[in-house]
Amino acid sequence: MNAVALVLRAGVRDLARNRWLLAYGIGLATVAELLFVFGGAGNQVVLSLLNATLLLVPLVALVFGTMHVYASREFIELLLAQPLPRPAVFTGLYLGLALPLAAAFLLGVGVPLALHGAASDVPVGALVALAFSGALLTATFAALAMAVALGTDDRLKGMSLSLGAWFLLTIGYDGGVLAIVSLFGDWPLDKAMLTLMLGNPVDVARVLVLTSLDAAALLGYTGALFRRALGGISGPALAVVALSLWCALPVFLARRRFLRRDF
Amino acid sequence: MISLDGLRKSYGPRTVLDGVSLALEPGRISALVGPNGSGKTTLIKCILGLARADAGRLLVDGVPVDEQGRYRARIGYAPQAPHFPGNLAVGEVFAMLRALRPGAPVDESLLDSFGLRAEWATPVGTLSGGWRQKVSLGAAWLFRPEALILDEPTAGLDPIAAGLFKHALRGFRAEGGTVLITSHILSELEELADDVAFLNEGKLRFAGPVGALLQQTGMRRLEPAIAALLRGLRVESGAVA
Amino acid sequence: MRRALVLLALLSFAAGESAAQDLRVGAGERFTTIGAAVAAARPGATIRVAAGTYREPTIDIRVPRLTLIGEGRPLLDAEGARELLTIRADDVTVRGFAFANTGVTHMQDRAALRVVEVARCVVDDNHFIAALFAIYLQRADGCLVRGNDIRGAGGGESSNGNGVHLWHSPNTRVERNRITGQRDGIYFEFSKGAVATDNVSEENARYGLHFMFSDSCRYERNTFVRNRAGVAVMYSKGIEMRDNAFLEAQGSAAYALLLKEITDGVLIGNRFVGSSTGLYLEGASRLQIADNEFRANGWAVRLMADALDNHFTGNQFVGNAFDVATNSRTVRSTFDANYWDGYRGYDLDRDGRGDVPFHPVRFFALVVEKHPEALLLLRSPVLLVLDAAERVFPVLTPSLADASPRMRPQP
Repeated sequence: MNAVALVLRAGVRDLARNRWLLAYGIGLATVAELLFVFGGAGNQVVLSLLNATLLLVPLVALVFGTMHVYASREFIELLLAQPLPRPAVFTGLYLGLALPLAAAFLLGVGVPLALHGAASDVPVGALVALAFSGALLTATFAALAMAVALGTDDRLKGMSLSLGAWFLLTIGYDGGVLAIVSLFGDWPLDKAMLTLMLGNPVDVARVLVLTSLDAAALLGYTGALFRRALGGISGPALAVVALSLWCALPVFLARRRFLRRDF
Repeated sequence: MISLDGLRKSYGPRTVLDGVSLALEPGRISALVGPNGSGKTTLIKCILGLARADAGRLLVDGVPVDEQGRYRARIGYAPQAPHFPGNLAVGEVFAMLRALRPGAPVDESLLDSFGLRAEWATPVGTLSGGWRQKVSLGAAWLFRPEALILDEPTAGLDPIAAGLFKHALRGFRAEGGTVLITSHILSELEELADDVAFLNEGKLRFAGPVGALLQQTGMRRLEPAIAALLRGLRVESGAVA
Repeated sequence: MRRALVLLALLSFAAGESAAQDLRVGAGERFTTIGAAVAAARPGATIRVAAGTYREPTIDIRVPRLTLIGEGRPLLDAEGARELLTIRADDVTVRGFAFANTGVTHMQDRAALRVVEVARCVVDDNHFIAALFAIYLQRADGCLVRGNDIRGAGGGESSNGNGVHLWHSPNTRVERNRITGQRDGIYFEFSKGAVATDNVSEENARYGLHFMFSDSCRYERNTFVRNRAGVAVMYSKGIEMRDNAFLEAQGSAAYALLLKEITDGVLIGNRFVGSSTGLYLEGASRLQIADNEFRANGWAVRLMADALDNHFTGNQFVGNAFDVATNSRTVRSTFDANYWDGYRGYDLDRDGRGDVPFHPVRFFALVVEKHPEALLLLRSPVLLVLDAAERVFPVLTPSLADASPRMRPQP
């Protein structure tokens, strides 16, 4: 087994037994289960899950990821004292954080779906989009957490930065966009809005799930906005690409910090 | 075996290592001493590549080390405050470390004498500080390294374990191993060390045999000798015997 | 069929004809073209046409009380070049035919079956395939269009015509027809007192039902599905709309039901499901809007500022992105005793009505009404924050409120 896989395996084994991660998965599963049982029609279930995903996934990935990196400092030093190249250690550590988090998310949403999916009228395409978005958001925010925690040794500061990033990206950013639209709405804003949406992974994930809900009756609107701004390229394809790029950015940032910094 | 040549390291405006040159020889235990904040840990981290020196060279057997860090396969390291992923069992930590160096010779004598086998299934997170130190030392010994770098190795060890450790360390030296050790207990170093490197404010004030230091300071024990250095007594670094 | 025959017999009896003329058309019959039989017919005659394909010039019926019956659904093929049948006499019945292939022209409103200035015609149980216009009534009175199956060629708005087209044709009944692939499924213009019931109008290029300047009309139990622009009812008074289903009209210019300049009508017991906009009111006033179900629409109701004195009661709003949107802070319609799934109030006196009012217009809906691009923020977590803020500080939203919302949907 190579170095990446070994470090990854250690991380996965460690987090697979982590109480907080277990609580996260069970919490999500409980929310999803309640939604399936009491949440009404299929689209409503997806929309409620979407809101839970957009708020919870970045928060958990950031807070848990930041704490985890701080708690792993000595372990990281031990790994770096082994005959391993730093990039391999980084990749192993990152995947060892992101994969268990993503697995907790996917199982939390997936198990209730497996129990109820066949019997319900939940649109499958939208759920796939939701699962994909949630997993990529997890990967994005886990990387952001690493970048933050590797950027400062002050744990309080690191945690504050992570919470700040969470608030900014899930709520503050859209609040700003709403303010811009309200203030500058007299100018044509199609393209500006689209650009703004692509500028935030939480928005990309949200729009991706919304456009994949075919019966979401507003599809006509959002879909038309996408088409108008993009010409021939399909909105969902663009969203998938944007979400992947968004994931790559903090990974790149965290990796660079990891390779350059002193432990 | 390991030599540092003009190592320089700053964190922002603070110079932590200011042109440190030092040679660690096989079959000798070198004690790295100095007041808090003198740069001891930074020096160790530079040797291991955890921190990057701003200037200077690190040579292993006379050859500059590479970026891949393959030289680290020859070094066992026990950090000052060892922590492992809390939910891994002791056995899993050792299994992982062994898998990281496939084909390396394995020496489980120290971990056996510490009785770590009895804790094989215990999650590391539930171990006391002393037991974590035993895991860390056992791991440093695991691959019959050519050199050991030990940062406060006896901190938290009970006297019996400390005795076992010192015995093992002497055996390692007898087999030609190279050792760099720090400790705030100077009597312990006096008992073990052949050479002393005294670091203060990032500069190496003395490097040489313990005997040479005692002779130059006119002291009979290491502790007053170091105290004399701290008071500003200037000495010549002694030739390594 | 039997009822139709009885009706026919009565008509014949009323006309005082002792011996009805019965003509047959088909291979080996006396007439091989329908046109020849029609030319030979006297008032009150019955022409029976055998199965087969007929390609002949446009058939022109100028004899009253004629009954044209297809047996085994004979096909009239226009070869892409002409209209097929024109009725220019009163009390004519056409039943059991298939009309096909008028071709597309931009020179005229080419219709498979045209009815011109007559009374009491019956167009019953016919098929229309790839007709530009299928059934075209102009200045007809009291006709019955029933049980026809109309499948247009599916062309776009500009290369397509309407399924059932009424122009100055009052008192027409349009019943149980199935229309798809036309421009407008059913089109009423200047046709007072017309009635449309139990029709299914589906996937037409423009409106499922398009309705203008036709007072006192009624339509009931019709189903409109996935029509490009939904249904439009405009410039009419006293319209009754009951128990219809308006489904899945999706797109930025689609309204499941657009009411424009409509006054004194009733809209009761209809279902609006899965459309971009359920009900759009522009210049609509004094409407009674009751017991309708709005489910899973983008906007359930969009109420423009010029919609006055409409009363919404007993409606259900479930799973819509926006329950009510408006472009104005002052709304001059009233809401009372509706069920809103977004209602978070309580019912301490257990009378089934919430004790605090519900404000169905959200601040975000106002922004979107002015700046549609803002819709990209739909379901953003920031809107949850905004909703919470609105509950605490209701000043953000228009005054519109349902003072006694229902706690449960009506069964």
